[in-house]
Amino acid sequence: APCPQWPYCRKRCSYCNFNTYVVPAVDEAAVRSCLVREAQTLLRLSQVHSVTSVFFGGGTPSLASPGTIAAVLEAVAGAAHLPAGAEVTLEANPSSTSASALDGFRAAGVNRLSIGIQVRGALPAAAAAAPRGPIVTVLPPQSLDDAELRMLGREHTAAEALKAVEAARGLFPGRTSIDLLFGLPGQSRDAWAQGLEATLRVCDDHISLYQLTLERGTALAAQVRGGALPAPPQDLLADMYQTARNVLVAAGFRHYEVSNFARKGALSTHNLSYWQAEQYIGVGPGAHGRFVLRAEGGCGREARVQTLEPVAWMREVQSQGHGTRSRAVLSPLEQLEELLTLGLRTDEGITHKRWGHFSPQLSLQAVFGEPGEARALQQEGWLVLDNGGLRCTWAGLAVLDSLLPDLLWQLQRV
Amino acid sequence: MALAGRAALRWGARLPSPGPAAAPLCRQPWLPAACGRPYSSRGKEEIDMSTYPVESIRNFSIIAHVDHGKSTLADRLLEITGTISKTDRNKQVLDKLQVERERGITVKAQSASLFYNHEGINYLLNLIDTPGHVDFSYEVSRSLSACQGVILVVDANEGIQAQTVANFYLAFEAQLSIIPVINKIDLKNADPERVEKQIEKLFDIPTDECIRISAKQGTNVEKVLQKVIEKIPPPQCNTADPLKALVFDSTFDHYRGVIANIALFGGEIAKGQKIVSAHTKKRYEVHEVGILTPNEQPTHKLYAGQVGYLIAGMKEVTEAQIGDTLFLYKQPVEPLPGFKSAKPMVFAGMYPIDQTEYNNLKSALERLTLNDSSVTVHRDSSLALGAGWRLGFLGLLHMEVFNQRLEQEYNMSVILTAPTVPYKAVLSSAKLIKEYGKDRITIINPAQFPDKFSVSEYLEPTVLGTIVTPHEYIGKIITLCQDRRAVQKDLLYIDENRVMLKYLFPLNEIVVDFYDALKSLSSGYASFDYEDAGYQSADLIKMDILLNGNPVEELATIIHNDKAYAAGKLLCERLKETIPRQLFEIAIQAAIGKKIIARETLKPYRKNVVAKCYGGDITRRMKLLRRQAEGKKLMRKIGNVEVPRDAFIRVLKRETDK
Repeated sequence: APCPQWPYCRKRCSYCNFNTYVVPAVDEAAVRSCLVREAQTLLRLSQVHSVTSVFFGGGTPSLASPGTIAAVLEAVAGAAHLPAGAEVTLEANPSSTSASALDGFRAAGVNRLSIGIQVRGALPAAAAAAPRGPIVTVLPPQSLDDAELRMLGREHTAAEALKAVEAARGLFPGRTSIDLLFGLPGQSRDAWAQGLEATLRVCDDHISLYQLTLERGTALAAQVRGGALPAPPQDLLADMYQTARNVLVAAGFRHYEVSNFARKGALSTHNLSYWQAEQYIGVGPGAHGRFVLRAEGGCGREARVQTLEPVAWMREVQSQGHGTRSRAVLSPLEQLEELLTLGLRTDEGITHKRWGHFSPQLSLQAVFGEPGEARALQQEGWLVLDNGGLRCTWAGLAVLDSLLPDLLWQLQRV
Repeated sequence: MALAGRAALRWGARLPSPGPAAAPLCRQPWLPAACGRPYSSRGKEEIDMSTYPVESIRNFSIIAHVDHGKSTLADRLLEITGTISKTDRNKQVLDKLQVERERGITVKAQSASLFYNHEGINYLLNLIDTPGHVDFSYEVSRSLSACQGVILVVDANEGIQAQTVANFYLAFEAQLSIIPVINKIDLKNADPERVEKQIEKLFDIPTDECIRISAKQGTNVEKVLQKVIEKIPPPQCNTADPLKALVFDSTFDHYRGVIANIALFGGEIAKGQKIVSAHTKKRYEVHEVGILTPNEQPTHKLYAGQVGYLIAGMKEVTEAQIGDTLFLYKQPVEPLPGFKSAKPMVFAGMYPIDQTEYNNLKSALERLTLNDSSVTVHRDSSLALGAGWRLGFLGLLHMEVFNQRLEQEYNMSVILTAPTVPYKAVLSSAKLIKEYGKDRITIINPAQFPDKFSVSEYLEPTVLGTIVTPHEYIGKIITLCQDRRAVQKDLLYIDENRVMLKYLFPLNEIVVDFYDALKSLSSGYASFDYEDAGYQSADLIKMDILLNGNPVEELATIIHNDKAYAAGKLLCERLKETIPRQLFEIAIQAAIGKKIIARETLKPYRKNVVAKCYGGDITRRMKLLRRQAEGKKLMRKIGNVEVPRDAFIRVLKRETDK
C-alpha cells in the first residue's frame, strides 16, 4: 500500500505536529515528478506485484491538483498491478473540497475520501501484498462547532464542514470517512455528546475518532501549559471515549480499531494494513514504510523513513530516485513487537494465522498461554486468548497502553 | 582529615607527582589550568631546625567565619615573611567549592612554617591550619591543641557571625591567647567600631585590643605578626624529654603513602628512628621529616615545640588518625588527651544512578576516602535502588562537600538519599538485651527499630545551634526554630541591630532543609552554626508506608511522634504524584503500627491508549514501549503494585538547595 505524502498546508493547525510546511507557492510540477519518481523507485525495489490500496495523506493532499494525484496513481499502476477496485483514499480538508475539486479527484482515481476537521500533513501511501481495493480517505471535519474549530486553528467553519461532507457523500457514497476530535480544552461531556449526535446525522459509514493529543511544540499545547486553556481531566476524557463508543456501536457501527468505527463493512483497507503489519511503502517527505527489499535480494522487513524536509527530499529523489533517509532491517522480535502493538488495536486482534506468518515456530499460545503477564491480564478481564487469537476485551482496549509493556516484556523473555 | 585533599589543592603543594590517584584531583574544571607549584621552594639545602629553640617558636591558627578573610590574611603573612613570593597573587577564594562558600566551610589552608625576624631575634612561626566548620569540630580541637594562640578574624562589614562565635568558644575553652583582628577596613561600608563593640560585648575583649587591618591591601598586617610574637606564649615543652608527637592532620600521597602533620610536645624526631602509634600500637620507621613552607621541605630533625610533617611507611590514612600520639619505640609516653575516633552523625544512602556505574562509583569512593578517613562506608542494597552504600558523615556539610567532590572530581552523579541520624534505644526487654549484649543500642536502619514494649526510652541526638541575624528576622526565625522542636537557650543583642540566638535542636530537624529555610526567610543574612550536644529522650516511632496494605520497606522512617502526621501526609502525597496510575485503585497509606495516619488514593486508569497509530507513527511509539517494557525489569513490586525506581528516587532523594 503506497502512502504518498503531500507535505504542504495552507495554514498550520494549532494542535498539529506533523511534518507539514506552509509555503507561499508550491512548485507542484516539481513535487509531482518527485512523488512519481519515488513511487516508481520504491515499488521497483519492493517488487510488489499488486497494490491493495493507496492513501494520499499530508499535509493537505487535497491542496494538490487532481493531475498530481492522477500522475502518482498512474505511476503506481505502471510499476505494479493496481486492481480496478483498489481503495484509493484522499485526506481532504473541508475548505479545499468544493464539489468540483472532489469531482476532479474522483476522475483522477480517488474512490474514498477522509475529511478532517484537522488535516494532517502527508501524501499517499500504498499497501502491497494480498491485493484488495485501495482506499481514499477524506480528511475529516474534526468538529462541527465553530468555536471549537477556531481553537483548533482550523480554516473552515462548521457549515463549510457539513457542506464538504455532503459533497463528498454525493461523489463517494459509502466511502466517505469523517475525523472527529474530542478532549478539546474546555469541552464538556454534553457538548461532546451533542457533537456526536450532529455527526451521526450527516456522516457516512466510517468515523475516526481521536482524543486530542497535546503534542509538544504545538500552539495548543503551549496555551494549555501556560494556563490560557484548561487541560481536560483524565476522567472526563475517559467518559467521552466511553460515550462515543457506546453511541456509535448503538448506531450500528463496528468498533474495529481503537479510534475507528465503520458500518456496512466500510473498514479502511489501507489503515487495516498498518494494524495487520502488512507491507506498506511511504512516498514523499517524512513518509514511513515497512517492506521487504526483494530487488536487492532482501528477505527481512525494513523500516524506512524518507527525508523530512521537502526541498532536501526533492534533491535526493532527483539525484538517486528516492529520498530514503534511514533504513533499518527489523529483527524477527521487532517485527513481532510491532505486530503485537498494532494488532491489539483492532477488534479482531492478532489471529493465529497472522502470528504464524511472522512466527512460524513459536505460537501465540506458546508465548502468551503460559503463566505470566498475559495470563494475569486475561484473568483480570483485559485480554482474551482463544481460537480466534489474542485480542483486547472491550474494557482492555481502552487501556491497551497499560497492557503492552507487560506483553512486550513477556515476549522479550521468550 | 576530611578536607585534606582540598587543602593540598589550595596550596598546590601536596600533590607533587601526578600519580593515578593524584591526577584526577589535579585536573578539575574549577581549578586554574596550572596546578603545579605556585610557590617556589626555599632551596634544596636542609634547614637546621636546632637553631629555633622553644622560646623563639609561636604556634597559632587563624579562625574566622566563611569569607571573612582567613585565606587572604594567611597569604599576606606568607608574603611578608618571604615564604611565598609577592607576585603570586592570592586567588584562592575563587577556587573554593561553591558548597563551601555557601555552607561556611572554610577550606583548609595548609599549615606553614614562617621565619620572621623581630627585634633582632629569628622566630619560627607555625601557622597551623584548622578546618573551618563545626562538622569538623573534633579536628579543629586537635589542631588547636597544637597551638598556643589564635588570630580571630572578623569582617568589618558583616560583624560577628555564627561561626565566629563557635570558633571563639573553641579557642577560649582550649585556653588559647586570642588576637582579635577586624578585617576588610578598606570596604566602603566597613564599621570597625561597631564590630569592636560586638567583640567586647560578646567575648569580653577590650575594644583597644582589636587590630584593624585590610588583608587585601596589606594594611596593618605586619602588626598582626608582631602581636603574635608578643601575645602568644611559646609552647611549654622540652627537647630533653622523650618524643611525644601529636598527629593533627594527615593526607595521602599515591607514591609516598601517608603524610602526617605533627606537632612535637617533647623530644625530637629524625629519619631512621623507630616510632609507635599510641592508638594502633603499630611500629614504623621514619623515612622523612620536615617542615611545610608550604611545600614539604625535609629537615634533619624536628625538635620539641616545632611543627612539621612525617613520612613513615603508613599505607592508609586510618593509620595516622587525628589526635593520635606518636612516641619512640620502647620509650612509651602518656598519650595526649582527647583522642577519639571519628563519629558519624549523619547517614545517607548512596547509589549509582545507573547500576552499570557501580564499579566506577566504588573506585571513586575508595579514592576519596583515602584522603578522608572520617567517612564511614558500609555496603548496602535497596530493593528499589539496587546496590549501593550507607555512608556516615561528621555532619551535613561534610556530606555536601563529599558529594560535590564526587561529582566534580570524579564526574560521578549519584542518588543520595535524605540524611538520617543515629537514634538510640535503652532496652528493657531482657531477651533483646541478651541478644545485643548491651542495654543501649544505636539504630541507623528503621528495620532495626525495637518496638516500645521492649524499650524503656528512645534517645535522639541533639545539637546546640547558634544563629546570628539582623533583628528584623527574629520573629520568623523563632517560629522556624519552634517548628523544628528546638528549645531556646539564649537570646542576646550583640548590638542595636544584631541578635544572637542559641537553640537546642534535635539533629534530625536540621539535617534536611533547615539551613535553606533559614537563609530564605532572612534573605540570606542569618548565619548558622552548631555543635554536638549529646542525646535527649524523645518520643520516637516507626512510620510505615503501605501500598494496598503492603509495607514498603525502603520507605519506613523513624520519626518523632509530633511530626508523624504531617510527614506521613507529605510522603503519601509525593508518592501519589510519582507512582503512575495502574489498572486498579491504589491506596497509599502511612501507618504507625496498625493505625493509619494518612491516606491518598490513586485512581485506576480508565483510558490509556494512544489515539492515533498508523504507519508513520510506529517507530517512535515502539521505542517508547520498549523502554517501558525494559522498565518492567526495574519495577519494584509491592504486592501487585508496580513502583518504578524513579518514584523511589523522587521520594527518597535529598532535596537539593533551592
